[in-house]
Amino acid sequence: MAISMHLRAFGAVIVRDLLLAFRHKSELVNSIAFFILVVSLFPLGVGADIVLLRKIAPGVIWVAALLATFLSLDHLFRSDYEDGCLELILMSPHPVSLIVLAKIMAHWMLTGVPLTLIAPLLAGMYGLENSSIAVLMLTLLIGTPILSLIGAIAIALTVGLRKGGVMLALLILPFYVPVLIFATAAIDAQIAGFPVSGQINMLLALLALALTLSPWPTAVALKMSLS
Amino acid sequence: MNRLEVKNLACERGGRLLFSNLSFSLNPGAVLVIEGRNGAGKTTLLRMLAGLRSIEDGVVSFDGLSIEQLADAYYQQLAYLGHLNAVKYDLTVSENLKFAQQLSTVVSNIDDALHKVGLDGYQDTLSRHLSAGQKRKLALARLLCIHKRLWILDEPFTSLDKSSIAMFEGLIHEHVSQGGMVIITTHHPINLPDSILLRLTL
Repeated sequence: MAISMHLRAFGAVIVRDLLLAFRHKSELVNSIAFFILVVSLFPLGVGADIVLLRKIAPGVIWVAALLATFLSLDHLFRSDYEDGCLELILMSPHPVSLIVLAKIMAHWMLTGVPLTLIAPLLAGMYGLENSSIAVLMLTLLIGTPILSLIGAIAIALTVGLRKGGVMLALLILPFYVPVLIFATAAIDAQIAGFPVSGQINMLLALLALALTLSPWPTAVALKMSLS
Repeated sequence: MNRLEVKNLACERGGRLLFSNLSFSLNPGAVLVIEGRNGAGKTTLLRMLAGLRSIEDGVVSFDGLSIEQLADAYYQQLAYLGHLNAVKYDLTVSENLKFAQQLSTVVSNIDDALHKVGLDGYQDTLSRHLSAGQKRKLALARLLCIHKRLWILDEPFTSLDKSSIAMFEGLIHEHVSQGGMVIITTHHPINLPDSILLRLTL
């Protein structure tokens, strides 16, 4: 079948998922509200020690982003599984991995992108300088799609289970650790005045790896969950 | 050509053998009705034929090739309607159908399909505002606006009223008379000419 057909299906899935998210805003808002709450509560709890805040900012913001993404992941295949649309999608004459990638991209547009855009507003509370905020945004821009891609595999494995919650966290969070380490290391390096290209390149490598390796196991796991 | 063939199919679920040595073939222009008591494995069989459940023992082939080999090519020919309607409640009727079309290769007019199932004028209604029967009709309309040779239907008459069932039997007849194939399970006595009807009891 022509590539243009596949691309049309790819686009259709993204447009549909975005449309559904905007019609059903609560899911969309939940993870972003969680991110804003966690990040803005920390300075209140820690106190107005700007040196300390600046020191913990990368870790706090990134852990909050990571958990916000994790919380939103459950919706990735859940509703399609429950109303039967997942069967419809898996039985389309297109590569399942491509359709899966479209769904992951839509998920990232609905979580990773807003998190990246909101982060600079919150970073002000931690006394981060503009150049550090730029690096923070860059790490979120590269890092959040990795979180969505890795999470999709585990979500696809557990979508058939009624209560996948704890197991899901055990499955996913260890794989999030490298992203967390390199992202916060990049921001720390920038604050300390060192070059950040090493850490950013590592994040880009992780993104390339996740982008190429995640859709296939996700597709296989979805088929397993359905049978 | 376009023959669905099943050879020595067996299925085990939860340690119980549901059926074994199941063999049949289906030619264009025929409707296969699968009958059996509750728990006989009708849905399981349909899911195997649709490639949703892996086949442990036996062969299902279409046009002489096994459906595992055909993979995506098989899905160009197959439309499946399960217990779930695969209707998105937050999309309108026509958005639901349009999405199904965008995933398919050959399509036909949405308004015609809606007219045939009796959902005229519901194009811009959110699907969540449809009744259970209307949602089922929307799922049936999807079959009409994506051109697939083989229909696999699991209890398609659920929550449909008498006249709607008669309407849908007419649509099945029309589909097979154009060279289509239908595999169907139903607890409702199906009213189609015996010449096109095959029966299989599990």
